[in-house]
Amino acid sequence: MALYVLRRLLVAIPTIMLLVVASFLMMHVAPGGPFTSERPLPPEVLANIEAQYGLDQPLWKQLWDYFYNIVVHFDFGPSFVQKDRSVNEIIANGFPISLTYGALSFLAATLVGVSLGITAAIRHNTWIDYVAVSLGIAAQALPNFIMGPILILTFTLWLGLLPGGGWNGGQWEYLIMPVIALSTSYMGSIARITRSSMLEVMNSNFIRTARAKGLPDRAIIWRHAMKPTLLPVISYLGPVFVYVLTGSVFVDLYFSTGGLGQSYVSSALTRDYAVLLGITILYGALTVIVNLLTDLAYAWFDPKIRY
Amino acid sequence: MTRFTRLTLTALLSSTVLTAASLSAATAATHPETGEELAEDQTFTYRLLDDVSSLDPQIVEDVNGSDVVRDLFEGLMNQDAEGNLIPGVATGYELSEDKRTYTFTLRDEATWSNGESVTAGDFVYAWRRAVDPETASPYQWFMELMSIEGASEIIAGDAAPDTLGVRAVDEKTFEVTLSTPLPYFPQMTTHSTTFPSPQAVIEEHGSSWTQPGNIVSNGAYVLTEYSPGERIVRERNTEYWDNENTILDKTVALVINDENVALTRYMAGELDRTEVPAGQFPRLKEENPEEAISFPRLCNYYYTFNLSDSGPEAFKDPNVRKALALAVDRDVIVENIKAGGEPPAYTFTPEAVAGFTPPQTEMAEMSQEDRDAMAKELMAEAGYGPDNPLSFDMIYNTDQAHEKIAVVLSQMWKQKLGVQTNLSNMEWKVFLDTRGNQDFELARGAWCGDYNEASTFLDLLQTSSGYNDGKYANEEYDALLKEAKTAEDTTPLYTEAEQIIARDMPVIPIYHYAGVYMLDSDVGGWPVDNVEQNWYSRDLYKTAE
Repeated sequence: MALYVLRRLLVAIPTIMLLVVASFLMMHVAPGGPFTSERPLPPEVLANIEAQYGLDQPLWKQLWDYFYNIVVHFDFGPSFVQKDRSVNEIIANGFPISLTYGALSFLAATLVGVSLGITAAIRHNTWIDYVAVSLGIAAQALPNFIMGPILILTFTLWLGLLPGGGWNGGQWEYLIMPVIALSTSYMGSIARITRSSMLEVMNSNFIRTARAKGLPDRAIIWRHAMKPTLLPVISYLGPVFVYVLTGSVFVDLYFSTGGLGQSYVSSALTRDYAVLLGITILYGALTVIVNLLTDLAYAWFDPKIRY
Repeated sequence: MTRFTRLTLTALLSSTVLTAASLSAATAATHPETGEELAEDQTFTYRLLDDVSSLDPQIVEDVNGSDVVRDLFEGLMNQDAEGNLIPGVATGYELSEDKRTYTFTLRDEATWSNGESVTAGDFVYAWRRAVDPETASPYQWFMELMSIEGASEIIAGDAAPDTLGVRAVDEKTFEVTLSTPLPYFPQMTTHSTTFPSPQAVIEEHGSSWTQPGNIVSNGAYVLTEYSPGERIVRERNTEYWDNENTILDKTVALVINDENVALTRYMAGELDRTEVPAGQFPRLKEENPEEAISFPRLCNYYYTFNLSDSGPEAFKDPNVRKALALAVDRDVIVENIKAGGEPPAYTFTPEAVAGFTPPQTEMAEMSQEDRDAMAKELMAEAGYGPDNPLSFDMIYNTDQAHEKIAVVLSQMWKQKLGVQTNLSNMEWKVFLDTRGNQDFELARGAWCGDYNEASTFLDLLQTSSGYNDGKYANEEYDALLKEAKTAEDTTPLYTEAEQIIARDMPVIPIYHYAGVYMLDSDVGGWPVDNVEQNWYSRDLYKTAE
């Protein structure tokens, strides 16, 4: 097990390095640079600025310096566009915000989705099932960019209950709408996966055996059906966790949370190379770690899996 | 409790409430000039499209950032509500006989937010810092534009920053030497690049000196909170020399990328000011006549022909350029697409520019039918018609309003002149790169003036201008603008320059911008007449509703 984890982590390092090199090259191929602007800078001014950021160096040297500073100083460099701030500061400021409402959305989606799915499966073909299924489909059909405007119009403009965006240090009323917008569609998917998985498990032989020996329903569901039901859900949850953190771009922009998604989009548009690379590395590392955790979780849920 | 005591208590309570109410009415502040009753909460909240690039006066380059910096710092001169020059840290200035040396007298009471006096040395430090290649300021060129002696050499790396033509004669006297006389030099000292900066603080904290807690500033407000990408809060600076006359206590800028979300939040009462999305002004004006406002701004919107060697042969013929310009029905664009009170443009320079009277060009006086008829004639003369249709590519940067305008233009040309156009939109940086490398045929352009003087627009079309993406070249035009730099009366020169543009038509002016805002009716003092929209929180106030 420990050996397995170590091996996976070792493989992750070249993966992330490859990601950095590819992103770095792609960024430099894209037309325009961080200092291209509507009022083109006089050549001597541009030269001064590029020298200051090391952009006058050959590409291989820039890439080398970049890796060197990360490995030796854990310094991801200065932002080329937000000139008073470093990439470390931008990430340290934006990531906790994205993480807070991302994690809350993940929790909400998982708890509500799984409960909804299990309830529907247990009460298969009753009105409860139909309501749960309809809710699940409706939720799945509501991506965050549809939920955003609906929520703001309802809760901010008509009811006047919640602020229409912002973060304000993470006060609860600022969290509600981003969390709902981000979790709804995942909630729907999780409910549907859980329901069909539970139905399949409930029809399997070992559940029939449990019933035959006279176990009460509650014990069957909790003790025997739960773990195998959740197995396909877990494999879906891993990517969902990464999505709610990295795919929160729309929510960041729409609700002006100040989260990392906002910086990610604007750094790509403004060619803020250092910020774009820094966030790419963070997201890449997150994906690798979450995938590893998902794989480890399998072993716990399914005794047949061994590492 | 007996009935009696209850009554007494009620009476007592209500009398206390009454006294309190009458007291507060008596002490409620009123505006010293207008006499309007002021609101208790003097907080102004507005929307920012994007986070600021910097809060460092020498480094900031975006309009949003400059608005904040103008509250936090104060330069030699300020602008009033009409955009006129008024004293700032300097009480005034003297100009030498040869018109090359300006001597500014700084006010004694000007202090930094840490209580230290603002000195001429602070300006010397800041101005040297702006041109120092080490600072890597994106606005170095502005100091060059100000014609300060030595600026060009320092930027080019041929001289040390301390050779710049600025000097602290004494603690409160600041002297600037120019390389050539520049009539609008004092106007340029209202620009954030020229604001003083605190040397000791910058040396202590490095690039993080602008963070709350570190920053020391000399403006009417101090930075109290900055959550990047979310909000910027500035509050009254009690050390400011004119703090007594400042009414607004606090200004909050909220970053909201989506203009429709911003409008919704404005409607929900969260904001005092936001921009109106294109096309929505007529509806909003009807629903909220007091809050929807539109006023001229110092910006133009145009299409530029590629006249360089890489441009199409057809555009080398002025008749073709003129025909295309004539066939554009500008009223359709300003009334149906923008719909925010923008004036149609027949000159390159907006009419709103101070001291600029647009010459009556032939095109402006004609009816659209006459323009269309003339356009057809000119096209035929140039040899284009149904048998030999003109065809070209046009590019614009991705944006809904730009797209609508490009489509309307191409339809007008197609219907009236049988011209075939291929439209393509590009992401902003790709667009700039393509246009800057003359890799286009017809491209969208827009320009907002750096200062309130016609040359900020007309300079763009000079042969040597770095911003002249169409590579228009006309010696006569260049000579006129050169003469205008030092002329006493620039009006005839600028009129002639505009007439040359109308004749050669290197660009197609489409419209001039309007500032189109929703501004809460309880906000007083907004400088609607300042075409540069340089606003200062200390001029604003909130009235009681």
